[in-house]
Amino acid sequence: MMVIYALLAAALVGLALLGLFTAKHLIRRLLAINVLGSAVFLLLVVIARQAEDLDPVPHAMVLTGIVVSVSTTAVALALILHAADARRRRQPQKQGGADE
Amino acid sequence: MNEYLLFDALLATGVFWLAWQTLFAASLFRGVISFMVFGLLISLVWIRLQAPDIALAEAAIGAGVTGALLLSALGRLEDTDSPSFRALPWRSSAFWSGGLVLLLMMIWLAWVSWELPAPGLAAEVEAELDRAGATHPVTAVLLNLRGFDTLLEVAVMLSAVIFIWSLGEAVVPEAPKAHLPGLPALATLLHPIFLLVAIYLLWQGAHAPGGAFPAGAVLGAGGILTLLAGGVHWMQQEDHQRLLRLLLVAGLALFLLLALGGLAATGVFYQLPVAWAGALILLVEVGTALSIALMLMAFYLYGEPSS
Repeated sequence: MMVIYALLAAALVGLALLGLFTAKHLIRRLLAINVLGSAVFLLLVVIARQAEDLDPVPHAMVLTGIVVSVSTTAVALALILHAADARRRRQPQKQGGADE
Repeated sequence: MNEYLLFDALLATGVFWLAWQTLFAASLFRGVISFMVFGLLISLVWIRLQAPDIALAEAAIGAGVTGALLLSALGRLEDTDSPSFRALPWRSSAFWSGGLVLLLMMIWLAWVSWELPAPGLAAEVEAELDRAGATHPVTAVLLNLRGFDTLLEVAVMLSAVIFIWSLGEAVVPEAPKAHLPGLPALATLLHPIFLLVAIYLLWQGAHAPGGAFPAGAVLGAGGILTLLAGGVHWMQQEDHQRLLRLLLVAGLALFLLLALGGLAATGVFYQLPVAWAGALILLVEVGTALSIALMLMAFYLYGEPSS
């Protein structure tokens, strides 16, 4: 059973990197980073699962990681939104200049 | 045993397919929805890997809160940025060499995760458990044995809030209650359940899967729903800003007080006195859960309220 999840984690890392480097839209890249994060968490827990007893330390690390990844996602989204807002505000001025 | 293997294989295939949809689906909206379902399926994977704490947090944060953040951002972007996707240049040599490197990396990762020695710290944590103030190992690690990590994590979240708020004014969430008249009623109906689940998870955390993170996530998800229904006016009001900021800092402040108190009482930074550890952990958990919930709601504003 562990083999399946180890393979899944490795496959997800590859897929996420492929998406990260080929996607054009910033939100798509953000999604790729999130999938990459999930894959890394999966790797951590799969490795933790191979110990004789259940190792709680990687579990705590992954819990911390999930909260950190939602924070980075929120920061990136806020940056994307404010950048789009700034672009939108700049564009009408440019059109006005062209009319004159 | 065989049925379990079949289930694992199906689950892994489903997760991989959803990740593919997330990254390569033609429309961005479809990608975001696939990502939310991906989060839900991944929490099933956590259950299979005997990590119920992570499953709870992933379902609430990974699928719920992140999904809500992405969807609301998508709704605000729609008029300027059309979902665009650059098709893979299948024939270019750059694609093939990059793909080869990726493939080698994947094989190496799978091999490493299989071969890596995994001694585990289970015995060490077990030995400390009766002095840690919580009988659930993950809670004990999070709030006592490796409490410093959790302190820094709350600090990371708080700095994310400060960063987002420093970008400019809040983009006031466009309450969709005009289109959906049932939404405020639904939010009001569901809110007690969110509260109940959060308090239950918080209380259960000391001896079973649960604790401050899932509780804060559930509370934050409920808060975002209420925010959507236009039920949280006080976050935008001028005279409540001081209180809001105080509550946002409360989790980190409690953590720091505890760490410094430990330094004063025992001479070691973040060393909880054994006799009080249980009560102190509960206190910090309540503060952290409230702070996490509020910070998740603060993310959702995408800017500083009423500036």
